[in-house]
Amino acid sequence: METIEPRSNLHKLFQAGVFVVTSEVGPPKSGDAAVIHKKAKLLKDASDAANITDNQTAIVRMSSIAAASMTVQDGFEPVIQVTCRDRNRIAIQSDLLGAYALGVRNVLCLTGDHMRWGNHPQARKVYDLDSINLISIVRGMDAGKFQNGEEIKPAPKFFVGGVENPFAPPYEFRPFRLKKKAEAGAQFIQTQMIFNVDRFKEFMKQVVDLGLHEKMYILAGVGPLKSPGMARYMRDSVAGMEVSPEWVTRMEKTPKEKWKDEGINVCVEIIQRMREIPGIAGVHIMSIEWEEAVPTIVERAGLLPRPKADQLSAPQPAPAGAVAG
Amino acid sequence: MKWFEFGPIAWARDFLNTHPKAEKFLDVIGLPAEAVVKKTIFGCQSCGQCLLHENGMTCPMRCPKNSRNGPCGGVRANGHCEVYPERWCVWYRAYYRSQTMPLLPGEWRKDMFRVHPAVNWELINTSSLLNELTGRAHGVSPQKPDEKKLAAEKKPAAGDAAKK
Repeated sequence: METIEPRSNLHKLFQAGVFVVTSEVGPPKSGDAAVIHKKAKLLKDASDAANITDNQTAIVRMSSIAAASMTVQDGFEPVIQVTCRDRNRIAIQSDLLGAYALGVRNVLCLTGDHMRWGNHPQARKVYDLDSINLISIVRGMDAGKFQNGEEIKPAPKFFVGGVENPFAPPYEFRPFRLKKKAEAGAQFIQTQMIFNVDRFKEFMKQVVDLGLHEKMYILAGVGPLKSPGMARYMRDSVAGMEVSPEWVTRMEKTPKEKWKDEGINVCVEIIQRMREIPGIAGVHIMSIEWEEAVPTIVERAGLLPRPKADQLSAPQPAPAGAVAG
Repeated sequence: MKWFEFGPIAWARDFLNTHPKAEKFLDVIGLPAEAVVKKTIFGCQSCGQCLLHENGMTCPMRCPKNSRNGPCGGVRANGHCEVYPERWCVWYRAYYRSQTMPLLPGEWRKDMFRVHPAVNWELINTSSLLNELTGRAHGVSPQKPDEKKLAAEKKPAAGDAAKK
């Protein structure tokens, strides 16, 4: 891994070799600031940073940058998601400058869900860029250049991430697409929610063969199941998701009053398996509108207490389970 | 050597770059001809910077997300599109076609794996063959002829060969 000056507290933790835990804050479908503060308070001690989603699944919500500036006030590190669906390269670059001024230091670049399945299917799509172009633009801004080559002074120094979904075909091409993201300059990667550990292991083996785990910090995406119905829905109806029969039957065998508890146990078990896979630098917990589960998951996985970036001095040796890199 | 650096093609490029009228004439004739052929066969979207040959003759601009760098994370398990479940994912097809189509040169197969720059929307609805020829598809300014190249041609020094 190239040793550069850390761009954010999250970056510092990665450089120190900590097994990082990130979570997700979904902004409300209203202008209610209390929701953000409540979620930030809940997740602050259980995770190192939280993704602030950008109109996820094309449903109108509070702006991710506005919500991120609120969590910055709460002392909780945000990772803003930036999608290419709604803004062209002018708007995105301008928003990124604004986000930097508000104290946001982590950016996650996504192509974005299409609006056809959102709540405004009549909207015009933008998709001026795709996620890989966006990563290279943010990295270019880090180096002091706008996309057109004009100079920025001082340059906004972001910690830039991308995503990858190992569970969507063409499976052979996925590691190479990740390689493209590494070439574009991504510094960390979050994956789709993992419920098929075997496929993920296969994917990671190819990623390690390509040497990508040495260029980027890879976070495995995990999430709790709420009910057997949710498991079946994700298996059958969500594009780009795979759920092994092992988890579905396990949820189905559980009595109704223990569903949530069992769902958390499944998530913890997947985290434990992720820690054994070489090349994984942490986990990203996606608890869709169920933030209360995150502290329990992190506690049961034995990842508490979370280290504070300002208390870390020199890079430490990697703790058990984490991969040096 | 790329195909557009091949002798007669390079000569045509230099001619077009120095003769804007000839280029305009070709644009009037070439664009409709190209559009008709490519629209009927490949569902061309006239982006003016063609990637057909690099993607196994599958147009990436037909992707609902206009992705030019590979499939998004929403491809269905049967290889269909997340947005329009009845359609194939263009990238799913592009990947397998580019790796298996018999007549594609090996160099084009490798282009699947390189990072493509963002779309230049200035070139939309222009002839991409002409853009390829004049170098506009590769970022050469459309108004001015490529001055560096002209200067290099005037004095074919040893430095030129050393560069290659």
